[in-house]
Amino acid sequence: MNLLIKLFISFFKIGAFSFGGGYAMLPLIKEEVIEVHNWLTNAEFIDILAVSEMTPGPIAINSATFLGYRVCGILGSIVATIAVVLPSFIIMSIIFHFLNKFKDSPYTDWFFIGIRPIVLGLIASASISVAMDAFIDVKSVLISIGVFYLVSFKKLNPIYAIILAGITGAILY
Amino acid sequence: MLFDMFKTFFKVGAFTIGGGYAMIPIIQKEIVDNKNWIKEEEFLDIIAVSQGSPGPIAVNVSIFVGYKLKGFKGALACTLGTTLPSFLIILLIATVFFQFRNNPIIEKVFLGIRPAVVALIVSAVYQLAKKSKFNYKKISISVITALLIVFLSISPIYLILIGGIGSILYYKNKETEEK
Repeated sequence: MNLLIKLFISFFKIGAFSFGGGYAMLPLIKEEVIEVHNWLTNAEFIDILAVSEMTPGPIAINSATFLGYRVCGILGSIVATIAVVLPSFIIMSIIFHFLNKFKDSPYTDWFFIGIRPIVLGLIASASISVAMDAFIDVKSVLISIGVFYLVSFKKLNPIYAIILAGITGAILY
Repeated sequence: MLFDMFKTFFKVGAFTIGGGYAMIPIIQKEIVDNKNWIKEEEFLDIIAVSQGSPGPIAVNVSIFVGYKLKGFKGALACTLGTTLPSFLIILLIATVFFQFRNNPIIEKVFLGIRPAVVALIVSAVYQLAKKSKFNYKKISISVITALLIVFLSISPIYLILIGGIGSILYYKNKETEEK
Protein backbone atom coordinates (compact mmCIF):
# COMPACT_ATOMS: atom_id res chain seq x y z
CA MET A 1 0.00 0.00 0.00
CA ASN A 2 2.77 2.36 1.05
CA LEU A 3 4.62 1.59 -2.17
CA LEU A 4 1.56 2.37 -4.27
CA ILE A 5 1.23 5.79 -2.62
CA LYS A 6 4.92 6.51 -3.28
CA LEU A 7 4.46 5.44 -6.88
CA PHE A 8 1.43 7.70 -7.21
CA ILE A 9 3.21 10.75 -5.76
CA SER A 10 6.29 10.21 -7.96
CA PHE A 11 4.35 9.96 -11.20
CA PHE A 12 2.00 12.80 -10.23
CA LYS A 13 5.09 14.99 -9.82
CA ILE A 14 6.45 13.79 -13.16
CA GLY A 15 3.15 14.60 -14.87
CA ALA A 16 2.89 18.02 -13.22
CA PHE A 17 6.37 19.28 -14.04
CA SER A 18 7.13 17.85 -17.44
CA PHE A 19 6.87 20.74 -19.84
CA GLY A 20 7.71 20.10 -23.47
CA GLY A 21 6.68 16.44 -23.38
CA GLY A 22 8.68 13.41 -24.49
CA TYR A 23 12.39 13.53 -23.78
CA ALA A 24 12.11 16.58 -21.56
CA MET A 25 10.49 14.32 -18.95
CA LEU A 26 13.45 11.95 -18.78
CA PRO A 27 15.59 13.80 -16.21
CA LEU A 28 12.56 14.04 -13.93
CA ILE A 29 11.62 10.36 -14.35
CA LYS A 30 15.25 9.43 -13.77
CA GLU A 31 15.47 11.51 -10.61
CA GLU A 32 12.30 10.05 -9.10
CA VAL A 33 12.68 6.45 -10.17
CA ILE A 34 16.44 5.88 -9.96
CA GLU A 35 17.94 8.46 -7.62
CA VAL A 36 15.18 8.92 -5.03
CA HIS A 37 13.58 5.47 -4.92
CA ASN A 38 16.12 3.08 -6.46
CA TRP A 39 13.35 1.25 -8.27
CA LEU A 40 15.52 0.61 -11.35
CA THR A 41 19.15 0.53 -12.47
CA ASN A 42 20.36 2.97 -15.12
CA ALA A 43 20.65 0.22 -17.73
CA GLU A 44 17.10 -1.02 -17.06
CA PHE A 45 15.87 2.55 -17.40
CA ILE A 46 17.47 2.96 -20.84
CA ASP A 47 16.07 -0.38 -22.01
CA ILE A 48 12.57 0.66 -20.95
CA LEU A 49 13.13 3.90 -22.83
CA ALA A 50 14.05 1.97 -25.97
CA VAL A 51 10.91 -0.16 -25.68
CA SER A 52 8.77 2.96 -25.13
CA GLU A 53 10.29 4.47 -28.22
CA MET A 54 9.27 1.51 -30.35
CA THR A 55 5.71 1.13 -29.10
CA PRO A 56 2.81 3.48 -29.85
CA GLY A 57 1.71 6.24 -27.52
CA PRO A 58 3.33 9.03 -25.52
CA ILE A 59 6.65 8.08 -23.89
CA ALA A 60 5.47 9.38 -20.51
CA ILE A 61 2.49 7.00 -20.49
CA ASN A 62 4.60 4.10 -21.72
CA SER A 63 7.26 4.53 -19.08
CA ALA A 64 4.67 5.07 -16.31
CA THR A 65 2.91 1.82 -17.22
CA PHE A 66 6.20 -0.05 -17.55
CA LEU A 67 7.75 1.22 -14.32
CA GLY A 68 4.50 0.84 -12.39
CA TYR A 69 4.37 -2.80 -13.44
CA ARG A 70 8.02 -3.31 -12.53
CA VAL A 71 7.61 -1.83 -9.06
CA CYS A 72 4.17 -3.10 -8.07
CA GLY A 73 2.64 -5.40 -10.72
CA ILE A 74 -0.57 -4.66 -12.61
CA LEU A 75 -1.98 -2.54 -9.78
CA GLY A 76 1.23 -0.50 -9.87
CA SER A 77 0.93 0.08 -13.60
CA ILE A 78 -2.65 1.33 -13.22
CA VAL A 79 -1.71 3.67 -10.36
CA ALA A 80 1.36 5.10 -12.15
CA THR A 81 -0.53 5.66 -15.42
CA ILE A 82 -3.43 7.46 -13.72
CA ALA A 83 -0.99 9.52 -11.63
CA VAL A 84 0.97 10.72 -14.66
CA VAL A 85 -2.19 11.79 -16.53
CA LEU A 86 -4.01 13.39 -13.58
CA PRO A 87 -2.04 16.69 -13.46
CA SER A 88 -2.71 17.20 -17.19
CA PHE A 89 -6.36 16.58 -16.53
CA ILE A 90 -6.56 19.10 -13.69
CA ILE A 91 -4.52 21.76 -15.47
CA MET A 92 -6.28 21.41 -18.83
CA SER A 93 -9.67 21.61 -17.06
CA ILE A 94 -8.67 24.90 -15.46
CA ILE A 95 -7.26 26.27 -18.72
CA PHE A 96 -10.36 25.22 -20.66
CA HIS A 97 -12.57 27.28 -18.37
CA PHE A 98 -10.31 30.35 -18.31
CA LEU A 99 -8.67 30.10 -21.71
CA ASN A 100 -9.10 33.73 -22.72
CA LYS A 101 -7.66 35.02 -19.47
CA PHE A 102 -4.59 32.82 -19.91
CA LYS A 103 -4.16 33.65 -23.56
CA ASP A 104 -4.18 37.39 -23.01
CA SER A 105 -1.94 37.47 -19.97
CA PRO A 106 1.66 38.60 -20.64
CA TYR A 107 2.73 36.57 -17.60
CA THR A 108 1.90 33.33 -19.38
CA ASP A 109 4.02 34.36 -22.38
CA TRP A 110 6.92 35.42 -20.18
CA PHE A 111 6.82 32.17 -18.23
CA PHE A 112 7.04 30.10 -21.40
CA ILE A 113 9.77 32.26 -22.96
CA GLY A 114 11.76 31.59 -19.80
CA ILE A 115 11.32 27.82 -19.66
CA ARG A 116 12.09 27.13 -23.33
CA PRO A 117 15.89 27.18 -22.92
CA ILE A 118 15.51 25.19 -19.68
CA VAL A 119 13.54 22.47 -21.52
CA LEU A 120 16.28 22.23 -24.16
CA GLY A 121 18.78 21.86 -21.32
CA LEU A 122 16.67 19.08 -19.76
CA ILE A 123 16.71 17.09 -22.98
CA ALA A 124 20.45 17.65 -23.40
CA SER A 125 21.03 16.41 -19.84
CA ALA A 126 19.04 13.27 -20.64
CA SER A 127 21.37 12.52 -23.55
CA ILE A 128 24.46 12.97 -21.35
CA SER A 129 23.23 10.75 -18.55
CA VAL A 130 22.06 8.02 -20.93
CA ALA A 131 25.43 8.23 -22.72
CA MET A 132 27.31 7.65 -19.47
CA ASP A 133 25.74 4.19 -19.22
CA ALA A 134 25.40 3.36 -22.90
CA PHE A 135 28.97 4.12 -24.01
CA ILE A 136 30.94 1.13 -22.80
CA ASP A 137 33.55 0.96 -25.58
CA VAL A 138 34.50 2.38 -29.00
CA LYS A 139 31.92 0.18 -30.75
CA SER A 140 29.02 1.67 -28.82
CA VAL A 141 30.20 5.23 -29.57
CA LEU A 142 30.39 4.37 -33.28
CA ILE A 143 26.87 2.91 -33.24
CA SER A 144 25.63 6.13 -31.66
CA ILE A 145 27.36 8.37 -34.22
CA GLY A 146 26.00 6.24 -37.06
CA VAL A 147 22.43 6.35 -35.76
CA PHE A 148 22.65 10.12 -35.15
CA TYR A 149 23.76 10.64 -38.75
CA LEU A 150 21.03 8.41 -40.20
CA VAL A 151 18.22 9.89 -38.11
CA SER A 152 19.22 13.56 -38.31
CA PHE A 153 20.44 13.80 -41.89
CA LYS A 154 18.98 10.81 -43.73
CA LYS A 155 15.57 11.00 -41.97
CA LEU A 156 15.68 7.34 -40.95
CA ASN A 157 12.61 6.37 -38.89
CA PRO A 158 13.66 5.97 -35.19
CA ILE A 159 11.99 2.54 -35.01
CA TYR A 160 14.15 1.20 -37.83
CA ALA A 161 17.16 2.87 -36.22
CA ILE A 162 16.56 0.95 -32.99
CA ILE A 163 16.03 -2.36 -34.83
CA LEU A 164 19.19 -1.77 -36.88
CA ALA A 165 21.20 -0.93 -33.75
CA GLY A 166 19.89 -4.05 -32.00
CA ILE A 167 20.99 -6.28 -34.88
CA THR A 168 24.37 -4.54 -34.97
CA GLY A 169 24.73 -5.16 -31.23
CA ALA A 170 23.93 -8.86 -31.61
CA ILE A 171 26.58 -9.20 -34.32
CA LEU A 172 29.35 -7.10 -32.71
CA TYR A 173 29.12 -8.32 -29.11
CA MET B 1 -20.96 10.40 -29.63
CA LEU B 2 -18.90 9.64 -26.51
CA PHE B 3 -18.03 6.22 -27.88
CA ASP B 4 -17.13 7.72 -31.24
CA MET B 5 -14.77 10.16 -29.49
CA PHE B 6 -13.24 7.32 -27.50
CA LYS B 7 -12.76 5.29 -30.67
CA THR B 8 -11.11 8.16 -32.56
CA PHE B 9 -8.57 8.85 -29.83
CA PHE B 10 -8.00 5.15 -29.30
CA LYS B 11 -6.92 4.99 -32.94
CA VAL B 12 -4.61 7.96 -32.43
CA GLY B 13 -3.09 6.32 -29.36
CA ALA B 14 -2.68 2.97 -31.05
CA PHE B 15 -1.04 4.11 -34.26
CA THR B 16 1.36 6.88 -33.33
CA ILE B 17 4.80 5.59 -32.60
CA GLY B 18 7.43 7.91 -31.21
CA GLY B 19 4.97 9.95 -29.18
CA GLY B 20 4.60 13.70 -28.78
CA TYR B 21 4.85 15.66 -31.99
CA ALA B 22 4.35 12.61 -34.17
CA MET B 23 0.76 12.42 -32.93
CA ILE B 24 -0.25 15.97 -33.85
CA PRO B 25 -0.74 15.49 -37.62
CA ILE B 26 -2.69 12.29 -36.97
CA ILE B 27 -4.99 13.97 -34.44
CA GLN B 28 -5.46 16.83 -36.86
CA LYS B 29 -6.44 14.54 -39.73
CA GLU B 30 -8.95 12.68 -37.57
CA ILE B 31 -10.70 15.50 -35.74
CA VAL B 32 -10.33 18.43 -38.14
CA ASP B 33 -10.43 16.83 -41.59
CA ASN B 34 -12.40 13.61 -41.10
CA LYS B 35 -14.82 14.38 -38.26
CA ASN B 36 -15.06 18.19 -38.50
CA TRP B 37 -15.21 18.37 -34.72
CA ILE B 38 -12.79 21.28 -34.45
CA LYS B 39 -12.00 24.12 -36.86
CA GLU B 40 -8.48 24.48 -38.23
CA GLU B 41 -7.62 27.73 -36.40
CA GLU B 42 -9.14 26.42 -33.18
CA PHE B 43 -6.91 23.39 -33.49
CA LEU B 44 -3.81 25.59 -33.64
CA ASP B 45 -4.89 27.25 -30.39
CA ILE B 46 -5.39 23.86 -28.78
CA ILE B 47 -1.90 22.76 -29.85
CA ALA B 48 -0.37 25.94 -28.44
CA VAL B 49 -2.09 25.44 -25.08
CA SER B 50 -1.21 21.74 -24.99
CA GLN B 51 2.45 22.39 -25.70
CA GLY B 52 2.59 25.03 -23.02
CA SER B 53 1.00 22.89 -20.33
CA PRO B 54 2.80 20.13 -18.46
CA GLY B 55 2.19 16.50 -19.44
CA PRO B 56 2.18 14.56 -22.71
CA ILE B 57 1.00 16.74 -25.61
CA ALA B 58 -1.30 14.07 -27.06
CA VAL B 59 -3.02 13.64 -23.70
CA ASN B 60 -3.45 17.39 -23.28
CA VAL B 61 -4.95 17.71 -26.77
CA SER B 62 -7.42 14.89 -26.12
CA ILE B 63 -8.52 16.40 -22.80
CA PHE B 64 -9.11 19.77 -24.43
CA VAL B 65 -10.97 18.41 -27.45
CA GLY B 66 -13.05 16.21 -25.15
CA TYR B 67 -14.09 19.20 -23.04
CA LYS B 68 -14.93 21.19 -26.12
CA LEU B 69 -17.21 18.50 -27.54
CA LYS B 70 -18.90 16.98 -24.51
CA GLY B 71 -17.65 18.60 -21.31
CA PHE B 72 -16.13 16.59 -18.47
CA LYS B 73 -17.42 13.22 -19.72
CA GLY B 74 -16.01 13.96 -23.15
CA ALA B 75 -12.60 14.80 -21.68
CA LEU B 76 -12.64 11.54 -19.77
CA ALA B 77 -13.63 9.48 -22.85
CA CYS B 78 -10.93 11.04 -25.05
CA THR B 79 -8.18 10.69 -22.44
CA LEU B 80 -9.07 7.07 -21.88
CA GLY B 81 -8.95 6.54 -25.64
CA THR B 82 -5.46 8.03 -26.00
CA THR B 83 -4.03 6.27 -22.97
CA LEU B 84 -5.52 2.81 -23.19
CA PRO B 85 -3.60 1.46 -26.23
CA SER B 86 -0.20 2.38 -24.73
CA PHE B 87 -1.25 0.96 -21.41
CA LEU B 88 -2.38 -2.39 -22.83
CA ILE B 89 0.58 -2.83 -25.19
CA ILE B 90 3.16 -1.92 -22.56
CA LEU B 91 1.51 -4.16 -19.98
CA LEU B 92 1.76 -7.05 -22.43
CA ILE B 93 5.44 -6.34 -23.11
CA ALA B 94 6.27 -5.71 -19.45
CA THR B 95 4.96 -9.10 -18.37
CA VAL B 96 7.52 -10.87 -20.58
CA PHE B 97 10.27 -8.22 -20.78
CA PHE B 98 12.02 -8.83 -17.49
CA GLN B 99 12.18 -12.58 -18.12
CA PHE B 100 13.81 -12.13 -21.52
CA ARG B 101 16.10 -9.33 -20.50
CA ASN B 102 18.77 -11.64 -19.10
CA ASN B 103 18.84 -13.88 -22.14
CA PRO B 104 22.42 -13.56 -23.59
CA ILE B 105 21.28 -12.69 -27.11
CA ILE B 106 18.78 -10.09 -25.90
CA GLU B 107 21.53 -8.63 -23.71
CA LYS B 108 23.71 -8.16 -26.80
CA VAL B 109 20.83 -6.62 -28.70
CA PHE B 110 20.35 -4.08 -25.93
CA LEU B 111 24.09 -3.29 -25.86
CA GLY B 112 23.56 -2.09 -29.43
CA ILE B 113 20.27 -0.35 -28.73
CA ARG B 114 21.47 1.76 -25.78
CA PRO B 115 23.87 3.94 -27.83
CA ALA B 116 21.09 4.32 -30.41
CA VAL B 117 18.83 5.78 -27.70
CA VAL B 118 21.57 8.34 -26.96
CA ALA B 119 21.66 9.23 -30.66
CA LEU B 120 17.87 9.67 -30.82
CA ILE B 121 17.90 12.09 -27.87
CA VAL B 122 20.90 14.03 -29.25
CA SER B 123 19.09 14.22 -32.57
CA ALA B 124 16.05 15.74 -30.79
CA VAL B 125 18.31 18.31 -29.10
CA TYR B 126 19.89 19.13 -32.45
CA GLN B 127 16.54 19.61 -34.23
CA LEU B 128 15.12 21.70 -31.39
CA ALA B 129 18.23 23.89 -31.11
CA LYS B 130 18.15 24.50 -34.86
CA LYS B 131 14.45 25.39 -34.86
CA SER B 132 14.51 27.57 -31.74
CA LYS B 133 17.00 30.17 -33.07
CA PHE B 134 18.22 30.92 -29.54
CA ASN B 135 20.73 33.71 -29.01
CA TYR B 136 23.96 32.98 -27.12
CA LYS B 137 22.35 34.01 -23.81
CA LYS B 138 19.58 31.40 -24.13
CA ILE B 139 21.99 28.74 -25.38
CA SER B 140 24.14 29.29 -22.30
CA ILE B 141 21.04 28.91 -20.09
CA SER B 142 20.41 25.53 -21.79
CA VAL B 143 24.02 24.44 -21.29
CA ILE B 144 24.06 25.50 -17.63
CA THR B 145 20.74 23.70 -17.05
CA ALA B 146 22.12 20.47 -18.51
CA LEU B 147 25.33 20.70 -16.46
CA LEU B 148 23.46 21.46 -13.20
CA ILE B 149 21.27 18.39 -13.67
CA VAL B 150 24.00 15.98 -14.71
CA PHE B 151 26.78 17.02 -12.34
CA LEU B 152 25.01 18.53 -9.34
CA SER B 153 21.80 16.45 -9.57
CA ILE B 154 19.64 19.53 -9.12
CA SER B 155 15.96 18.71 -9.53
CA PRO B 156 14.50 19.70 -12.93
CA ILE B 157 11.44 21.00 -11.04
CA TYR B 158 13.45 23.80 -9.43
CA LEU B 159 15.12 24.70 -12.70
CA ILE B 160 11.78 25.00 -14.50
CA LEU B 161 10.36 27.17 -11.73
CA ILE B 162 13.49 29.37 -11.62
CA GLY B 163 13.45 29.74 -15.42
CA GLY B 164 9.75 30.60 -15.60
CA ILE B 165 9.56 32.93 -12.61
CA GLY B 166 12.94 34.50 -13.41
CA SER B 167 11.72 35.29 -16.89
CA ILE B 168 8.49 36.88 -15.58
CA LEU B 169 10.51 39.10 -13.21
CA TYR B 170 12.94 40.01 -15.99
CA TYR B 171 10.25 41.11 -18.45
CA LYS B 172 8.15 42.79 -15.75
CA ASN B 173 11.18 44.80 -14.72
CA LYS B 174 11.96 45.69 -18.33
CA GLU B 175 8.37 46.82 -18.82
CA THR B 176 8.41 49.14 -15.79
CA GLU B 177 11.73 50.62 -16.91
CA GLU B 178 10.32 51.39 -20.33
CA LYS B 179 7.34 53.23 -18.90
